Amino acid sequence: METEERNDFDVIIVGAGIVGCALARELSRYQVSVLLLEKNAEVGFGTSKANSGIVHGGHRAKTGSRKGSLEWRGNQAWDQLHRDLGFGFRRCGELTVAFNASELEILNGLLKEGVRKGVPGLELWDQATLRAREPALNPEVIAALYAPTTGVINPYEACFALAESAVANGVILRTQSAVTALERSAGVWCVQAGVGRYTSRYLINAAGLYADEIGRLAGTPLPPIHPRKGEEYLLDKQCAGRVERVIFPCPDPVSKGILVIPTFDGTIMVGPTATPVADKTDLSTTSAGEAAVFAGAQRLVPAINPSSCIAGFAGLRAVVASEDFELTVESERGIVHLVGIQSPGLTAAPAIAMEVVDLLAMCGMSVELKHDFQPALPPSVVFAALSRAEQMRLVAADARFGQVVCRCEQITEGEIAQAIARGARTLDGLKFRTRAGMGRCQGGFCTSRCMALLANAAGSSLEQVTKRGEGSWLVCP
Amino acid sequence: MAGLPLRAEYALVIIGAGPAGMAAAIRACDLGVSSILLIDRERESGGILNQCIHNGFGLHWFKEELTGPEYAERFAAELAKRSITLLTDAFVMEVDSNRRVAVLSAKTGLVVVSATAVILAMGARERTRGAIRIPGDRPSGVLNAGLAQKFVNQLGVLPGRRAVILGSGDIGLIMARRLTLEQVEVEGVYEIMPHANGLNRNIVQCLHDFGIPLHLSTTVVQIHGRDRLEGVTVAPVGPNRVPQLMHARYIACDTLLLSVGLIPENELSRQMGVALDPVTQGPVVDSRMQTSLAGVFACGNVVHIHDLVDFVSAEGTLAGEAAARFIQGESVAPDAIRLRPGAHVRYCVPHSLSPGRTQTVYLRVDQPLQRARLKIGPNEVKVLRYAFPAEMISVRVIPPVLEDVLSSSAETTTVGRTASQVIWDVEVHADE
Repeated sequence: METEERNDFDVIIVGAGIVGCALARELSRYQVSVLLLEKNAEVGFGTSKANSGIVHGGHRAKTGSRKGSLEWRGNQAWDQLHRDLGFGFRRCGELTVAFNASELEILNGLLKEGVRKGVPGLELWDQATLRAREPALNPEVIAALYAPTTGVINPYEACFALAESAVANGVILRTQSAVTALERSAGVWCVQAGVGRYTSRYLINAAGLYADEIGRLAGTPLPPIHPRKGEEYLLDKQCAGRVERVIFPCPDPVSKGILVIPTFDGTIMVGPTATPVADKTDLSTTSAGEAAVFAGAQRLVPAINPSSCIAGFAGLRAVVASEDFELTVESERGIVHLVGIQSPGLTAAPAIAMEVVDLLAMCGMSVELKHDFQPALPPSVVFAALSRAEQMRLVAADARFGQVVCRCEQITEGEIAQAIARGARTLDGLKFRTRAGMGRCQGGFCTSRCMALLANAAGSSLEQVTKRGEGSWLVCP
Repeated sequence: MAGLPLRAEYALVIIGAGPAGMAAAIRACDLGVSSILLIDRERESGGILNQCIHNGFGLHWFKEELTGPEYAERFAAELAKRSITLLTDAFVMEVDSNRRVAVLSAKTGLVVVSATAVILAMGARERTRGAIRIPGDRPSGVLNAGLAQKFVNQLGVLPGRRAVILGSGDIGLIMARRLTLEQVEVEGVYEIMPHANGLNRNIVQCLHDFGIPLHLSTTVVQIHGRDRLEGVTVAPVGPNRVPQLMHARYIACDTLLLSVGLIPENELSRQMGVALDPVTQGPVVDSRMQTSLAGVFACGNVVHIHDLVDFVSAEGTLAGEAAARFIQGESVAPDAIRLRPGAHVRYCVPHSLSPGRTQTVYLRVDQPLQRARLKIGPNEVKVLRYAFPAEMISVRVIPPVLEDVLSSSAETTTVGRTASQVIWDVEVHADE
């Protein structure tokens, strides 16, 4: 059905996670043709949708590392993207806590490092300040490092919005297009992806967990990627132990530890674990992981209780031995590999995108800005967030906003229709765009209604609607 | 806005037009309440009865056996005879402390109506996988039994081809039979507790009659499948419900139905500031189904989970009557007796009684008991051959008149006293 469509591009990006989407959107500012390839049914359906959703403050990653420079630059890029694209993002700040003198020593080190990097607003808070401003915190915490630059973000919404903006500015997106063969000849990359065959001058490997495998197809030995699992648990909006800021334990060398995260949508999320696994498709949660997460979270905020859990999930970090981002450019072959982009990869994604554009320019790509680049997307209606008067006006104008589909999150049919119009193709895609089914009943009441609306829009039937793409059927085909 | 114009004020607004709300509306109307608004979020009144196409409803209320839709239809027909405004496909967004109700529907737009009295009848939702935190993958094919029931009975589609059912709640048992009738293979029902959680008649009629095994003290410990469910691991549980993984086994299946309990839907109640019972997770109600807020009543599954719709109708009738009296300005003495769950009693509803009147007390025991004696305050009120947690006990009691309540309580040492209420313990003792 795509027979006569364009198949030759200046740039092909392999992987539409947060990095691929940010890059596609960044490249769409320029007079270059771009194809964004994704193996899943929708963008952001890999590691990008299953992480802590934090824009890190910028004071943590080591100076001198790739992470160190890109984290802070990325952090600073999110405000403008948020204004243009409207995904959920709020700078709520973070507290990294110390339970004893040696941990306090580490916080002092972080503070010094942050100040040296120019991260503004860092403060050490004493017990009295903590009690007043974050009363749910464990009273045994003796001090905490406050960073106002940290934010919470809905990473899946960021992926959807970046991809939508890229497409609006001319990028071609192909989902369900896993890359199976790569060939370079006569200065041109030839890419077999799904049922399509495409060519380009430049190729970007943004395949996340699978970047090493794409490297192999391209004939470039890359460091092997070792998945490291992170389990997260979401708590009911009514749960005890609400916090205003992201709460971190004092960091250890392996990970940032178990956090308590006030998500953009008003839930509390606790996690993640950090467990190496062999299988790149192992997204299972475990009893041990759950126990570790709740123990870790309760140490920070004692009122947190597993009984208020509404959902658990796991994501996989794409870890390489260096524990740093590895941006490898082969300028004569026109390929850039983005390897080991794990935490703080979400934070850094906009900065990585800008860096890759510089690298492509060095490879000879012309970087002429478009005159008609449209930075902003039309805003999405979030009915529950409107004032009563605005809600009344909207329902009067469009009765679909008077029909509540998801009762737990108060999502209207108007919002479902809007999400489908803007690209939702699966039940999960709808859920991550609108929150329908994300609340305390976990879709018990709205699933069939959402399925019917997806089927109607696609002119198909309930049997053809999937949870997250091929194979994940919901009712017997 | 075309369609249904709502008034600015109603004597009574009822939230939820399932069996509880319908019974309340009918009773209030018959007692002379002139303006009643009955609101439901579904397309039709009847609530969950509409998808319960099996029989077994109405044995107490109508003295005959009906299907869920038939039971609902009888009440709907009574509703239609009366001047009650039924607003369906409508969602109550908020009720404030002055009983101003914000309601949203495509038919009316977003409007705020004032009510003299409000009845909460929102029903319940099912507990989910997240709430019981089953480890493993997150494929499609793991769903609540109620959603499966909707798929099969209302949408004419099947949730899968080979199913395992976790939890022996009534919906799970009913669905075990329903799926079997639809040629879906039901491998078995697994229950973490040492006793079934559904009615005995459902164990017999839905499992035994169809040769479906019930595995007690066994639970699902792992979910397998990347895209669609491929199988589950089940394991017996030891003391304290800890899974014994050395005895775990794998079952290939493409569907896992969860029937692991119902939770009263009290988001509106909580938002209004209605006091809730931590055990039932429903409002604390007095003998007339009034909540901790004057003029706000509650009935049905929103108060506590019922086994039988007949009792829901009875509770709705009671709430409708009390709301009518409140609207008509009748002064009612506050209940003088507070009920407190004691030995082997998980909860009881209502939470208080008034002296000198016949009232029904509903309660559940916390473990299976034989030859049990039910005591409410100073009186033994019933002898039970068996008592099961899954089967709600209902008992009619007539406390003595106020003076006698006060004097008898003074004589017993076990009874505490608050400013205005004496406390009666509700206890079940096995006759050993």
